[in-house]
Amino acid sequence: MLTEGDLRKGPNLATPLLSTTTGSWRLVRPVLNPKRCNNCLTCWLFCPEGCFTRGESIVSLNLDFCKGCGICVAECPREALTLVEEGSNDARLSER
Amino acid sequence: MRAYLNGNEAVAAAVKLARTEVVAAYPITPQSTIVEKIAEYIAAGSMEADYIRVESEHAALAACYGAAVTGTRVFTATSSQGLAYMFEMLHYVSGCRVPMVMAVANRGLAAPWTIWADHQDAVACRDTGWIQLYVETAQEALDTCLQAYKIAAHPEVLTPVMVCLDGYVLSHTEEIVDVPDQEAVDRFLPSYRPEYSVDTQRPYVFGVGAGPDLYSAFKYYQQQAILKAKEVIKEVDREFQAHFQRSYGGLVDLYYCHDASVVLVVMGATAGTAREVVEYLRRQGEAVGLLRLRSFRPFPVEDLRAALSRARVVAVLDRDCSFGYEGVLATEVKAALADLPAQPQVAGFIGGLGGRDISQEELAGIFRHCLEAVRRQDRGEELVVSGGWQK
Amino acid sequence: MVKIKELPDAELVQGSYACAGCGGILAVRLALKVLGPETVIVTTPSCLLGVTTFYPQLAFKVPCVNVTFPSTAAAVSGVVAGLKRRGKKGVKVVGLAGDGGTVDIGLQALSGALERGDNFIFICYDNEAYMNTGVQRSGATPLGARTTTTPVGSIGRGEERPKKDMLGIVAAHNIPYAATASIGYPQDYLSKVQKAMQVEGPAYLQVLSPCPPGWGYRSDLTVKLARLAVQTGQWPLAEYENGRLTVKEIANPRPLRDYLAPQARFAHLLG
Repeated sequence: MLTEGDLRKGPNLATPLLSTTTGSWRLVRPVLNPKRCNNCLTCWLFCPEGCFTRGESIVSLNLDFCKGCGICVAECPREALTLVEEGSNDARLSER
Repeated sequence: MRAYLNGNEAVAAAVKLARTEVVAAYPITPQSTIVEKIAEYIAAGSMEADYIRVESEHAALAACYGAAVTGTRVFTATSSQGLAYMFEMLHYVSGCRVPMVMAVANRGLAAPWTIWADHQDAVACRDTGWIQLYVETAQEALDTCLQAYKIAAHPEVLTPVMVCLDGYVLSHTEEIVDVPDQEAVDRFLPSYRPEYSVDTQRPYVFGVGAGPDLYSAFKYYQQQAILKAKEVIKEVDREFQAHFQRSYGGLVDLYYCHDASVVLVVMGATAGTAREVVEYLRRQGEAVGLLRLRSFRPFPVEDLRAALSRARVVAVLDRDCSFGYEGVLATEVKAALADLPAQPQVAGFIGGLGGRDISQEELAGIFRHCLEAVRRQDRGEELVVSGGWQK
Repeated sequence: MVKIKELPDAELVQGSYACAGCGGILAVRLALKVLGPETVIVTTPSCLLGVTTFYPQLAFKVPCVNVTFPSTAAAVSGVVAGLKRRGKKGVKVVGLAGDGGTVDIGLQALSGALERGDNFIFICYDNEAYMNTGVQRSGATPLGARTTTTPVGSIGRGEERPKKDMLGIVAAHNIPYAATASIGYPQDYLSKVQKAMQVEGPAYLQVLSPCPPGWGYRSDLTVKLARLAVQTGQWPLAEYENGRLTVKEIANPRPLRDYLAPQARFAHLLG
């Protein structure tokens, strides 16, 4: 919350400041098949939200900011990513 | 050091003495010689600053804003059409609470085209959130620019300041000006270092977006800050007096007001003419006075009420017009005095548009017109006084 | 050439409220990978400002100076001068604006800053219309595109004029470096960002950044369309360097239909 002191100084505020994640926007989620991933980083590169982390041999996925746009799935050259509907069995399985 | 300077040169001298670091400006008559002089200082190596030769006034203010948020002292100057062109940025700079100083060499707005003085340009920017100070002499222009830097950057104000000087009458007319020493100015005006600025180690967003609640809150505190400036303007004027033995009355400059039954209210250089008329009429035994409004925003309601509560007629001379109503200052003075127990009659006069001369005779005519109304009241008639327009 | 594997992990913009699949935010995220944390962004009311700097969601990890719509490059000049006065060397000042804020309302200020030779990078993320206000045409809208101000009807056939040659306009200022790029070709794009950083003086980049709602396509096609625009010859990748303009040749251009067909804004052209 902004204090009176902040308000008195004008609409200039320290950044970053994230009050929420954008994962709740998502209707579909990408699921990674680690066996097919060869760490080519295409998904890491093209994710507008920066949801992928580079690893030793494969990428990993943090869904906090994932809006489910599907670019990673469309761009993956090895079909290592698939989109599943949020709330579906596939989505639940992916959380294990 | 005493020098023979016109108003624009006096402003330029102040900008240099304030150790202004970035200047961004676009030429326009009658302001141009201010920034020409600054450019000369920089070219000669006597002023250490960056001069950004922008392609418009809108860009001038945007560049000043960009430089100011990095934590530098900035300056620009404009007039008339240029000020109008800045309109969007005026709101933006004050809303962002960025301190800066701008000299406005007041000039009428087209059409018809004119290059000569009136106050329409600055008065039309009344609601942009800038402090507006109007000066009477070249000396006051210099001194007020120095004061303005201090007022703008006061931590409880953080509001940009326009220093308004009448085009030609002040901007281009020489007078003897006392130019303070650099050391004395440095003692009065420390260098500008804001609490936060553009810094990659401590990143800020300048000018965030805000929803309705937060927007209202920021605007509320912006209003509190410019109201606070009423005190600060007076305080800085007193401080200036202590350093330089000159002061201007803070928000209003009073001349024979204490016992006057008719007081004329003006802004800017007209006050010089009006002072002579007041003296002349005083010598003839007339109880007349002059109130020169120095601070148009913030509007000094309390000072006006205190100074005018005993007057019977207040004549307000506007060098501007709110078309479809009346002179802007007239409306404001009426509102300020509206609920006084013995409310003076306010008569609005519009004159001096587009550089039209306001003669001593015309000012004396306004006083006599108002004095006559007072005499009619003394004879038992109702106090009625009409205003007028210098056609 | 930028090596993708060597780009840093740090995300300097994250948590924005951009639409899913936004090409603009991807363009900015990628550029910041090369620009790094010693960067100051100057931007204007646009999708970008709205989605990254609206309290309480501030998504940049670098300073961001917001200014009015016509003023990006003018404020850039001020920031550059101010940082110089403060002795802050090595900080890159980057003006970021959409196509409207660059080729239309921002053109005068940009021309001024380019002509003054200030040391800065200007990146136009080009989504070919005023997206933030609801997809009105801009000077960068391509011929035939349907927008909300170039609607299709019994008379109207979408945008009537070809896209403004902004690279030509910028190059006419004789600046050290200018280029077009596409988020579909990140290595090319980011190498251009790197070149822009290395030159002394103004550098201009215009990066095609598809917009799912504005162009009317599925959000997963953003990168594909950015590639197809180049492959069909719709968006040439060009560079202006040392007074010479070079355009990357497309050996076997794909049929234009491949680019147009997935986009609702061109549906009326295909019948």
